Amino acid sequence: MSTLHIVVCIKVVPKPEEIAVDQETMLLIRDGVRSEINPPDMNAIEMALKLKDQYGGRISILSMGPLFFADYLRAPLAMGADHIYLMSDRQFGGADTLATTYTLAAGIRKLGNVDLIFCGEESSDGATGQVPAGLAEWLGINQLTQMDEVVIDPKKKLARGRREIKGGHLTLETPFPVVISAKTACNEPRFMDYTIKPWAFEEGRITIWRREDLEVEDDHIGLSGSPTRVSGLKQAPGRSRQRKFLKGNPAEIANQLGKILQATS
Amino acid sequence: MVESLYNVENENPAIWVFLEHHDGVLEGVSLELLSRGRQLADVIGWELTGLLIGHQVASLAEEAIALGADRVILAEHPLLEHFTVNGYVHVAQQALLEYQPSIFLSGATPDGRDLAGRLAVRMRTGLNADCTDLRLDPKTGILICEVSGFGGGVLALIEMETHRPQMATVRPGVFVPGEADSGRAGSLVSLEFDLPPEIIQTRVVERVSGESLDLTQLPILVCGGRGIHGHFEWMYELANLLGGDVGATRPPVDEGHIERQRQIGSTGAICRPKVAICFGISGAFHFIVGIQEADMVIAINNDPKAEIFDHADYCIVGDTHEIVPALIQEIRDWKMEVGD
Ligand SMILES: Cc1cc2nc3c(=O)[nH]c(=O)nc-3n(C[C@H](O)[C@H](O)[C@H](O)COP(=O)(O)OP(=O)(O)OC[C@H]3O[C@@H](n4cnc5c(N)ncnc54)[C@H](O)[C@@H]3O)c2cc1C
Ligand SMILES: Nc1ncnc2c1ncn2[C@@H]1O[C@H](COP(=O)(O)O)[C@@H](O)[C@H]1O
Repeated sequence: MSTLHIVVCIKVVPKPEEIAVDQETMLLIRDGVRSEINPPDMNAIEMALKLKDQYGGRISILSMGPLFFADYLRAPLAMGADHIYLMSDRQFGGADTLATTYTLAAGIRKLGNVDLIFCGEESSDGATGQVPAGLAEWLGINQLTQMDEVVIDPKKKLARGRREIKGGHLTLETPFPVVISAKTACNEPRFMDYTIKPWAFEEGRITIWRREDLEVEDDHIGLSGSPTRVSGLKQAPGRSRQRKFLKGNPAEIANQLGKILQATS
Repeated sequence: MVESLYNVENENPAIWVFLEHHDGVLEGVSLELLSRGRQLADVIGWELTGLLIGHQVASLAEEAIALGADRVILAEHPLLEHFTVNGYVHVAQQALLEYQPSIFLSGATPDGRDLAGRLAVRMRTGLNADCTDLRLDPKTGILICEVSGFGGGVLALIEMETHRPQMATVRPGVFVPGEADSGRAGSLVSLEFDLPPEIIQTRVVERVSGESLDLTQLPILVCGGRGIHGHFEWMYELANLLGGDVGATRPPVDEGHIERQRQIGSTGAICRPKVAICFGISGAFHFIVGIQEADMVIAINNDPKAEIFDHADYCIVGDTHEIVPALIQEIRDWKMEVGD
């Protein structure tokens, strides 16, 4: 039996609570906004690490984005992953789902011999949740999405996952290779192991892939490979509220609240 | 640029809705999409079509027609009894290639996302996922999708010029289902398709479903945060008295005081109750997203500086241990008076 090879696709996103739209230019204000690993991707990493704990093998972290992503990608190494691949090139920029999934698929093909590909449920900046399915389609392999739990049989090369659905659950089984997306908050991502942290930050842990390192068609990547176009951007309207403070002892407050509730019912 | 399998030049003037169903019942979001699809189709004079895939599901076609579809395309096969992404995408693609509609909509449910995400790539077209609004430019027939990013803080409008179909998944609850009219006329067409069994590589090992919990449209949503210190029995009592239901922030869910289905916020339910009452909740961005659409917000917190008060209509600085019992008593008294 060959050893298990797991890829986890992760993305770096601006912290959502710090992002705003410039009302004049209609562009995102990114200055001074801190970034983080897309939180749902941490659940994907944890799901992959649990399988590595159980069966051994190796975990490759794959990400597509600007070079500054590199600063944020070390954490999964310190949690137990083995190597990082960052696909970074100006030509990859401005990609929508079609181009993103195409490019990520090219990265996975380059890695070769992959059994399982983990993704987060969705990214907090785009929150489309469509990358896992699209990626599986480009690769022509199976998908198990929004999984709360995954078990595998490495000998039979089968993955079985469980998704919560309305008032119950759904259990699906499919052969390797398979793209699996982890349901957000399905597990508690482990902390970094401080004994391996220095190793994680050594040079040589990250491989950068440029456009020319990948077998891709120019008209399939980045902006030129993206059929959709953003035609407008705005800050979601925050609702203005009355902010009336009610005063009194608990009984008096309860009485006022009771009246307010009665008036609405 | 990568070309879609058909494009704007050979599209047909039709809006398609994927009719998702489970246990013989159409999904709520499919009804919502039929209603919105009907409105959009009427604006531009196009046809509204439902795509119904399954096994022994023809009766659902009548319902779709009563709810606004002009036509239902039916693909039935024993292997399609359960949704599998392999089987359904395979069949949906054949339907799209045969009819070449301009627009294809599905709900942003787990199955809807699986289907659309994969189908879009197979058709080499764009997909706007998890939309919160859809409009149609009556002159050009271009679909304008509103999507929210960054946990709901930013809205973007997205469109696509040449690639077809214009695909979107829509978040459940954003549109209102219409009234069924059993007198409406519509046609039912059976799709001819091939389905080699080896295509279906996913095995449905087990599927258990039950009553669903829907917190999105309630008169009263009683929310408890970390500041109620696990006393969800109070929240349930209040909700029962007021004819509502109970939601929670993430910490009590993580700590196991209440089930995850009841989490409100950017990674939980987005709700639009008449009144949201928030007990012991600090007002973090991730939570506020989930109650922003409430008509009225009432907040109780013992910290006068709590952020939640910026997002509330009525603000009470106080201890939940004192306010909640008093409020329960008050409402009981009032119910007694009206003899309820
Ligand atoms: C990616 C991501 C997604 C998230 N998604 C969600 C989500 O969907 N939903 C969600 O809720 N959170 C979410 N969170 C967490 C969120 O950021 C906050 O941490 C959470 O909402 C805080 O919950 P809380 O207000 O109950 O707890 P706290 O922030 O701890 O606030 C408790 C409040 O109770 C008050 N209090 C304490 N004791 C009393 C008392 N006796 N009487 C009255 N008041 C009292 C305190 O003053 C305080 O304001 C997410 C976080 C991340 C990073
Ligand atoms: N640029 C990217 N690089 C690596 N992984 C990504 C990228 N974009 C999306 N993903 C993965 O796909 C998941 C779903 O993203 P999305 O479809 O954009 O909501 C994320 O949680 C990541 O696991």
